[in-house]
Amino acid sequence: MQLFPCPFCGPRDETEFHYGGDAGNIRPDGADVPIDRWANYLYLRSNPKGAAREIWVHMNCGEFFVMERDTVTHKVLSSAALDGEHVA
Amino acid sequence: MTASRLATGGSAIDRSRPIRFSFDGATVHGFAGDTIASALLAGDVAVVGRSFKYHRPRGIWGAGVEEPNALVDIGGPRATPNTRATTEPARDGLVAKSVNATPNALTDRNAFLDRFARFIPAAFYYKTFMWPDWHRFEPRIRAMAGLGTVDADWTSPGTADQINHHCDVLVVGAGPAGLAAARLASGAGLTVTLVDDQQSPGGSLGHRAGEIDGKPAAVWVKETIDELAVGGHLILPSTTAFGIYDHNLAGLNQRHFNGRPDTLWRVRPRQIVLAAGAIERPLPFANNDLPGILSADAALAYLRRHAVLVGRRIVVATNNDSAYEVAGALAEVGAEVRLVDIRRDGMPAAPANVPLVKGRSLASASGKLRVDGVTLDDGTRFDADCVLVSGGWTPTIHLFGQARGKLAWSEARAAFLPGDPVDGIAVVGAAAGAVSLSDVFTGAGPAFAPLGQTKAPLPRSTGPEATGGILPAWPILGSKGRIWIDYQNDVTVKDVELAARENFVSVEHLKRYTTLGMATDQGKTSNLPGLALMAGITGRTVPEVGTTTYRPPFTPVPLASFAGARVGELMAPVRRLPLENVHRSSGAVFQEYGGWLRPAHYGGYADAERSIADEARRARQSVALFDGSTLGKIEVIGPQAAAFVDFLYYNTMSTLKPGRCRYGFMLSENGVVFDDGVLVRLDEHRFVVSCSSSHVSAVHARLEEWRQDRFGRGAVYIHNATAEMATLTVSGPNSRKLLETLGLGLSLDDADLPHMAIGHGSYAGDEVRVARVSFTGDRSYEISIRADRAEPLWAQLRQAGQAFDAVVIGLEALMILRAEKGFIVIGKDTDGTTLPRDLGVDGPRVKRQTEFVGRRSLFTEEASCDNRMQLVGLAVPQGEAPLPTGAHGIKRIDGRLRSQGFVTSSYQSPTLGRPVALGLIERGATRHGETIDTQHLGKISKATITAPCAFDPAGDRLHA
Repeated sequence: MQLFPCPFCGPRDETEFHYGGDAGNIRPDGADVPIDRWANYLYLRSNPKGAAREIWVHMNCGEFFVMERDTVTHKVLSSAALDGEHVA
Repeated sequence: MTASRLATGGSAIDRSRPIRFSFDGATVHGFAGDTIASALLAGDVAVVGRSFKYHRPRGIWGAGVEEPNALVDIGGPRATPNTRATTEPARDGLVAKSVNATPNALTDRNAFLDRFARFIPAAFYYKTFMWPDWHRFEPRIRAMAGLGTVDADWTSPGTADQINHHCDVLVVGAGPAGLAAARLASGAGLTVTLVDDQQSPGGSLGHRAGEIDGKPAAVWVKETIDELAVGGHLILPSTTAFGIYDHNLAGLNQRHFNGRPDTLWRVRPRQIVLAAGAIERPLPFANNDLPGILSADAALAYLRRHAVLVGRRIVVATNNDSAYEVAGALAEVGAEVRLVDIRRDGMPAAPANVPLVKGRSLASASGKLRVDGVTLDDGTRFDADCVLVSGGWTPTIHLFGQARGKLAWSEARAAFLPGDPVDGIAVVGAAAGAVSLSDVFTGAGPAFAPLGQTKAPLPRSTGPEATGGILPAWPILGSKGRIWIDYQNDVTVKDVELAARENFVSVEHLKRYTTLGMATDQGKTSNLPGLALMAGITGRTVPEVGTTTYRPPFTPVPLASFAGARVGELMAPVRRLPLENVHRSSGAVFQEYGGWLRPAHYGGYADAERSIADEARRARQSVALFDGSTLGKIEVIGPQAAAFVDFLYYNTMSTLKPGRCRYGFMLSENGVVFDDGVLVRLDEHRFVVSCSSSHVSAVHARLEEWRQDRFGRGAVYIHNATAEMATLTVSGPNSRKLLETLGLGLSLDDADLPHMAIGHGSYAGDEVRVARVSFTGDRSYEISIRADRAEPLWAQLRQAGQAFDAVVIGLEALMILRAEKGFIVIGKDTDGTTLPRDLGVDGPRVKRQTEFVGRRSLFTEEASCDNRMQLVGLAVPQGEAPLPTGAHGIKRIDGRLRSQGFVTSSYQSPTLGRPVALGLIERGATRHGETIDTQHLGKISKATITAPCAFDPAGDRLHA
């Protein structure tokens, strides 16, 4: 089991976290967004091998944050609140 | 009599405490400190089990976790199948049974199978029983194969403890290397946890010669352990480190021998020191699986720990130096010992009274139920009642491999050793390829170097030193007879050859094709010989073939350890109503609905259907009381609250006036209806999201996600008040009259409190919120009050209700009432494709100009196609029973039946006197009046598509 650093609570067991998706997957607004763009937003994930920027939520405190992880070694590279103010 | 107990000696046993237990129905005598295996050996029981596939007689091979043969089923309240006799302490009254043998190991009636062995090689069953259908053969084949038997009726005597633990250094193995590392770490001021799978520490020092710092090894072990204990370090005997997981989490399983379930430890050390030792390998020769053929090191362990002499006429066959001490020790206690070494030179001197045959190997062993002699490769035959073999040592680097450590092949040791270092893990001692105690101690020094400098002196070996000379003796093709590679899975040289011939040359394929290295021992003795053989067959080197992937657990771990306290209701705790006990005393029958334990009805267990129908009928007649406390009450507060709910809801919500409610959908980004419910606007900047009971946490998480992602901290604040408030619902034509008797201090006049409005009052000094919303179709009031003050209000509602013939209804009756009205339950009457339009709500999609979750997905080709499944009512012909929920609406295309939707809700309506049903049917909204076929479990019946609402379609009763 991995230890994830919540920017607000410190290192916690992975069972307390949920995965939220790729970081930087910006939502396009509007009823007329090109359909490919909308499909990319909804369904297309980059699934990188190596460093990945991801959104996670710490269920205990309810805060979403950005965590950089290596998907091969499972090493956590960084973790920061969405507004960048809190850094673990 | 060949194997026997010596009159003196045995460091592990206590001769003052004799014990008796049963094995295959016969009584076995032993002493406290014996394992089942040592007691069986002392009683000269040679055949202890039957092999997996051929039902060959099998005896004890080892003295530890690597044991492939001696598996026993332990019976009684502490029943455990497939227990290794070599690690299970013998105890008084224990009942053990051999595995895969009927009626017992000695006279197994499936033993005839071995005579057909040449016809049933690896993959025989896969290839042979394909036609007509494997499942016709499966039960019989499964009954013949396999090992221990699980008692399906057995239940654990308790729940296993699980302990989380932190320390600086976790030392795995309390042999010389582990003890030295623990002592040095302690000297550096670090906290140490020392685990060992044996009951007493010492590892190889328990039976191998050695002198440390001028003291006998046993004394040094005791002093070191005492020193660690005094230093406050945690020492866990009988505990196996079975896995290393991500971020260096170590899993330990601790055994107790007093009936208590095992304890699972989750340890997070800063540094792990692996000092797990090494496991002796067998030698390849024909019939090398006969009972009476043991690991040489195991024989030494039985001699020195349990005073068991494994035979009188012993042949010790070896390819390395380690067996010489064994041969000498056995000769010393009077056995007739002969040593056969594959090497011609470079070996140690033969021990006293042990004739040495150089440059020869065993070609075969003979015997039926136990070995009676061996033949060398030059044809020489020796009679023997016991054959001890040492094919070299396989370092126990399983945990290092689990941590994704790369292995490096060592020609000198003929073994895989730890390769590139892994962060936070050091491997020391025999596991790292060390042989002499001096090497072991030197290697233990830097094991925790990253964490600090030690003040403790390095232990010094002052006695005889072991040497590591070895000449590899791998199995090769072309040898005569049946040579076993994997004892536990009956894999022979020929099976590996067959795998190679059929191109299963990858080591992972080899494993799956032949089962080499599977089952409870996971190939601890067999993997290396197997892959070395494959290397030889395919002309590759051993490292080119490589090893299979190391995965936890190292040894079997009871599922009870992993489960811990999370059994039964604690596995998935239900949420409970504040008034649960009140309902219970009113005869409520509880069921779980979407994670909540709620009253299904109040009629006792006798005639549930009638109670439910009765509640649903009476609810329409006068007034019904219902505990709706599970309904979501998530507050959305803040300057951007209105914009926030607009974005989250499909319907425009910002136009709602304070004090009013509006029904709406929340969508997922793919446009699918995710939840429905009523939104209450308390004031300009404060809303209450009243979501479905089973969706409260999901909706709350979704609100939080969008708040943090899109709106920010200062804009909106979200508070889940669901558990704080109880909600008591009063519904029916007389609901207002009943409410008037309570004196809640608010006007119930329809002008002041119309449908879809809220009012504020008080009850017994507590604030109450009264919402006029309805899930029954009748005039309804939902009264929300502090959860801890709800009981008197409920009591008074019931008391006052008597004058109106009020009925308390459970969830089942409510389901009938809402289905009569065509009100949907999300996830029941909708599925993962249902768009708002499919439920007849297309207005916001067309009219809204502002952004909302899921908007773009409502304008896709798929969303606009004309054959979507739409919500409908379904009526059955006069006098027929309700449609089964889940029945499919069917149509014929080219003569074949196709589904055109399905029944989602179906009930007998006591008020209407006929069934009502809802369903999702293709193009259903445009097909009202059409009669279709439905099918359920092969039975076809008619149904007519109608509007969803079957009762009071004009909605007059809301205001009646």
